[in-house]
Amino acid sequence: MAGFGKARMFPIIKSAYNRVVSGGRVYLIFVCIFGLLLIIGIAAGIHALFIAGSRHAYGTYREVPVAILISTYIFFVVASTGLCLVSSIGHVFGVKDFMPIAKRSVYLSIITILTGFLVIGLEIEHPFRMVLYNIISPNLSSNIWWMGTLYSFALFFLTIEFIFLMKEQKHKKAIIVCLLGVITEVAANTNLGGVFAMMHGRPYWYGPYLPVYFLLSAIITGCAFIIFFFVLSDWINRRAMDQSTKRSLEVVGKLAILILIIIMIFTVWKMLATSVGGQSSIEAMRALIAGPYAFNFWGIEVIGGMIIPFVLLLISRGKNMMIMFVASAFMIFSIFFMRLDLVVVGQIVPLYLELGVNEYSRLHTYTPSLHEILVVLGGIGFCGMAFLLGEKIFNGFQKTESGHVPEKITVVVKEAQEAP
Amino acid sequence: MKENPQNGEKQEKVNPEFQLEIERRDFLKIGLVITGVIAGGTVLSLISNVGKSFAPGAYRKKYPYKPHYSMVIRQDRCIDCKRCMEACVSTNRVPGYGWRTTILKREVPDSIDQKWDFIPILCNQCNNPPCVRTCPTKATYKDKTNGIVMMEDKKCIGCKSCMMACPYDARYFNETGSAIDKCDFCFEARLSKGAKNVACSEACPADVRVFGDLSDPGSRVYKLIHQLQKPVWVLREEVGARPNIFYMKG
Repeated sequence: MAGFGKARMFPIIKSAYNRVVSGGRVYLIFVCIFGLLLIIGIAAGIHALFIAGSRHAYGTYREVPVAILISTYIFFVVASTGLCLVSSIGHVFGVKDFMPIAKRSVYLSIITILTGFLVIGLEIEHPFRMVLYNIISPNLSSNIWWMGTLYSFALFFLTIEFIFLMKEQKHKKAIIVCLLGVITEVAANTNLGGVFAMMHGRPYWYGPYLPVYFLLSAIITGCAFIIFFFVLSDWINRRAMDQSTKRSLEVVGKLAILILIIIMIFTVWKMLATSVGGQSSIEAMRALIAGPYAFNFWGIEVIGGMIIPFVLLLISRGKNMMIMFVASAFMIFSIFFMRLDLVVVGQIVPLYLELGVNEYSRLHTYTPSLHEILVVLGGIGFCGMAFLLGEKIFNGFQKTESGHVPEKITVVVKEAQEAP
Repeated sequence: MKENPQNGEKQEKVNPEFQLEIERRDFLKIGLVITGVIAGGTVLSLISNVGKSFAPGAYRKKYPYKPHYSMVIRQDRCIDCKRCMEACVSTNRVPGYGWRTTILKREVPDSIDQKWDFIPILCNQCNNPPCVRTCPTKATYKDKTNGIVMMEDKKCIGCKSCMMACPYDARYFNETGSAIDKCDFCFEARLSKGAKNVACSEACPADVRVFGDLSDPGSRVYKLIHQLQKPVWVLREEVGARPNIFYMKG
């Protein structure tokens, strides 16, 4: 059986390899650049954790214990939830307009979870202990435990879902697995929001706002990723986008406009509600809108992440893919900073601010270290490389070309010719 | 009959420990009213902190732990000599980049007597500890016997979520132990070896820190907490962590 399996797998792997190496010079250069970023990022993380010590290598400290690495993790896993949710509208809930984007979206969902795991694996001090004690000593009241566990389950379900999708299987089992993938992704995502929302010592985060916000921003991130990577994939595969995919992206663009409006309303109300909160949350909001994070907030989050994409998506009318691509690039870039601002601003207000003591009278500051930046780039490198390789390995996720059957037929014919 | 301790008809059947709790609560309520009337809103709010710290439902029995370790900090006695910090560092091998206890300084320029207020802080050994709830691997836990929030270093994955969750900035990552470190009321270094007092309290020349068993009516901490002459408060009460470090003056 094993021999038979090998015999079946080898030609598939070989043809996938051939597609990768014949992807063109620019394609291969980008694969190498992303691969290099990945290696450098992993090396930087290992050096930080096991040689230099995170206290020396990372920019975090006692008062700001988590920062850009956690926000990068959040960025990627929330994107994963969004990709899973948006794609599920088609293949789980049967909305035909969303069906053509399913395969690539689920693949992107898998690689974004893996990217998140990679980055958090290089953030926490003992990743190996985590694997062991998460299983043998679970704390069921911990949002972090639930988040990690549910994302692991989500990864499992998404992988099975992807296999079903690639095999074009639409039976009941496939639908159930897809549904389980969606449920675990949503549960994991809201638990991630809950990690911050249930920190009652941090008024800026505390409350039911964040889990809902995380879910909404997952959808907008998913939309942005889908538009961005689908347009890119056409360039990589040197194909013109088919009409059904164009229709899908048009609908995804409209969904993005709707969610952007809701997020704008959410943001306005968060600002208004916080402005009448306690001193601590007022100080956090002041830092965000008129303090050290004002440029991030107004320039990147509001203008770059909401207004410009909103206008561009309206102008594109869901038809002009180039404009939609630019809008999605703006959103992705801005959402990265939204996550960073959320994580850091929640910690920069001193815990004893209201006590009026000297030691806790000024806002804490945070600047990412070189190690942290390299780990973030390593995560981006992994995601980019996995996307590029996936495009060739899975042959552009095309229905007629992605199944392995045509490949097998080619091989069989070849062997038959060589036989005499 | 703990389901309705306020019901006078059933009080005869209440166990003696619970009866004491009810009496103590009533006693505090009387104090709250009297002090509030005499001293006005400021003191009222301070006294009400005590009321809330021991509010009905907070503890089902007298105190949940035996011994129920706690500390009373008599804030105005502190002269910022830092001997408590030195004793803590040497007893618990605290590295230079971290602290288990420290002293905060508040400048009060309008004061007609001393211009500085010194506020010692440490882990509050909360009864509702956010750090314990958030730890994914139970590396930090509330000791079921004495109520101290402990660390089991080998389980700590270094995610630092407990540092984020702690409302009192009482935790840091210790490179030597490769785990989060925090005040354990000197349990590992002293109490578990038979000592009765913690290092910081013992080293304090001004008797600022009074450590003891809050479940023992004969202990100093019990007597300091269960009096009405001087207001007692806790830090960041609004968080709802139900701390076991109490503050008072005098």
